[in-house]
Amino acid sequence: MTNQFDNYRDPVEPRRRKGQGGPGGPGGPGGKKRRRRGAGAMDGSREERMVPDMQFESYYGKPVVKAPPWEWPIGAYLFLGGVAGGSSLLGLGAQLTDRPILRRNSRLAAITAAGAGSLALIADLGRPERLLNMFRVVKLSSPMNLGSWLLAGFSTMAAVAAAAEVDDLTGRRLPLPEMVRTVTHQAAAPTAGAVAGALGAPLAVYTAVLFGDTSNPAWNAAKYHLPFLFVSSASAASGGLAMITTPVNEAGPARVLAATGAVCDVAVTKAMHSQLDEVSVEPYHHGTAGKLMTWAERLVIAGGVGTLLAGRHRVGAALSGAALLAGSALTRFGVLEAGHHSVTDPKYVVEPQKARLAQRQRAGDTGDNITTGR
Amino acid sequence: MTVKSTNQVTEYPDHVGYAEDSRQAFFTDTSVCIGCKACEVACKEWNRNPVEGYELSGNSYDNTGSLGADTWRHVAFIEQDQDRIEQARESGRALVGLGMPSVGNPADTAPSVAGEPVHPDTPDFRWLMSSDVCKHCTNAGCLDVCPTGALFRTEFGTVVVQDDVCNGCGTCVAGCPFGVIERRADGGVEKRDTREGEDFTEGVSAKARNIGVAQKCTLCYDRLKDGLQPACQKACPTESIQFGDRDEMLRRAHERLAVLHSQGKTEARLYGANDLDGVGGTGSIFLLLDAPEVYGLPPDPRVPTADLPAMAKKAALAAAGMAAAVVGSFLIGART
Repeated sequence: MTNQFDNYRDPVEPRRRKGQGGPGGPGGPGGKKRRRRGAGAMDGSREERMVPDMQFESYYGKPVVKAPPWEWPIGAYLFLGGVAGGSSLLGLGAQLTDRPILRRNSRLAAITAAGAGSLALIADLGRPERLLNMFRVVKLSSPMNLGSWLLAGFSTMAAVAAAAEVDDLTGRRLPLPEMVRTVTHQAAAPTAGAVAGALGAPLAVYTAVLFGDTSNPAWNAAKYHLPFLFVSSASAASGGLAMITTPVNEAGPARVLAATGAVCDVAVTKAMHSQLDEVSVEPYHHGTAGKLMTWAERLVIAGGVGTLLAGRHRVGAALSGAALLAGSALTRFGVLEAGHHSVTDPKYVVEPQKARLAQRQRAGDTGDNITTGR
Repeated sequence: MTVKSTNQVTEYPDHVGYAEDSRQAFFTDTSVCIGCKACEVACKEWNRNPVEGYELSGNSYDNTGSLGADTWRHVAFIEQDQDRIEQARESGRALVGLGMPSVGNPADTAPSVAGEPVHPDTPDFRWLMSSDVCKHCTNAGCLDVCPTGALFRTEFGTVVVQDDVCNGCGTCVAGCPFGVIERRADGGVEKRDTREGEDFTEGVSAKARNIGVAQKCTLCYDRLKDGLQPACQKACPTESIQFGDRDEMLRRAHERLAVLHSQGKTEARLYGANDLDGVGGTGSIFLLLDAPEVYGLPPDPRVPTADLPAMAKKAALAAAGMAAAVVGSFLIGART
């Protein structure tokens, strides 16, 4: 019993302590005396408290930052953008090393994934009819803006490259003038394929910057890891897709890329989990995001091992490729979900911020505190 | 104090065309807030923001919850016992000591009133009330990441959304370190908005405007244009919300802080008055009576774009690695 006013209240749940997880309990009214004396002095004035006491008062456990209105289509786009980028690189490689089937399949995969991904992006807009406003400006500080330009340019190039393949697939039956056909196959498609290939890696990686460049605690904490995770995931997925679509005798490079991607994916995930601080990495471990990330890792490992052991058999290659694709998709949905989870509990925002503030102040840097006492 | 740019990518006053001396700002002095919510009501009425429901939260007198697309002023209510009042006083006192390490123990240098409790009205209990609002940051995360240019810096130094340009991509929602801006509910992919139709004005049908578009405080851009004060400040009966030139607001904030400190109320501290903080100082300065997180404010906000160049470098490295992996795959794959 804290004071007389508590007599009139319903009992409140005890305020959440560190490590208990779950949404923060109600703070404020009638709060129990659970904090040690002086726990509020997390401002660096107390030399002896080297390990920060992470308990803090929250505003009724309410979120401090908001989750963006990004739903499943954004997760799908993260995956599809990676597949498109990796496929265009494979297509360029196949084009240069004379692997016609791998080239055709990769080009078709690139435009299909980019197209489907674009539709997913548009679907998630609050006002889809204003899609073209993305191209009003060129803005270096906005990864979403540069990414839109990148995706538009990539899709255009991938479409031109794929047009030649579609023409071949349909037996060149479309009544095109011979000159147009010649230009398309001899000049336009190879050039567009090369440009799309050059834009492939940026397309696969920019979404990582887009996510890192936010105030979302889970994404922002992982801002220097996400680029490597996303390109690894994209490599594994696009290699895996080519292993499904392309006969084994032409899919050698795809197998190597898929296996490399899988190894890097697992390594980067491990590095991320060990290098982020305990609180910031928690959203990637718990709940739905944790399940998605766990299954993603299992599938990527299974796909990677399958690629190495059975990649030269048609069925083995297809199964391994499918596992890698599924693993990549789950990785992306896991990252998206981790971000959404990290805003539900204010501790993911407040605790790392208090810790870094205290750290700066211990280092003698006291001039940049947003809270000032004079 | 000079304005510090966090980097050359981030938008900051040297890049944009408002004169520093014309920057307008709020000063919200929570020590005189009485929690009447006149600001909330005035804001909602003036901006014709849709109603969000009439649920009782059970969180003291706060049934609004937080700032959002439909709530541009939000009054927080916090009930505290003697223990927490003392903690707040202690943390505030320590804050006074910061920045002058040569003076020794901060507790000794802080102004204090010996012995008796300094709150004659409520010795062992207090109610904190604070009217929260968009911070109109110097380095605004929402503005930096906006891909359409819908968010812009006005001639008053404030940050405003152009309703007719925003396409509702939601990046600004993730970009804001304070959780202020939000997309007005349309349900995203699965449309679930049902708020069409009659509103609270009898006989007048007003539909919710700007559905699916990012919305936040404009610092009453329309009123400022006509030489009026913001609606919330106009309605505030205790001058807890003050409005004017930012320099003047800063001066008043420091003045008020000194008065409270001289009364022994060392729990008082300013929030957003430091141009060297992670957002370059805010256009909404607060005088708080406890740590920011108690009010649901971040204790060390940082505009995410400050780290964008470093992120871009990592991304370039990762992209180069991916391209190299593909090259390697074709070199090795040719032999397998």
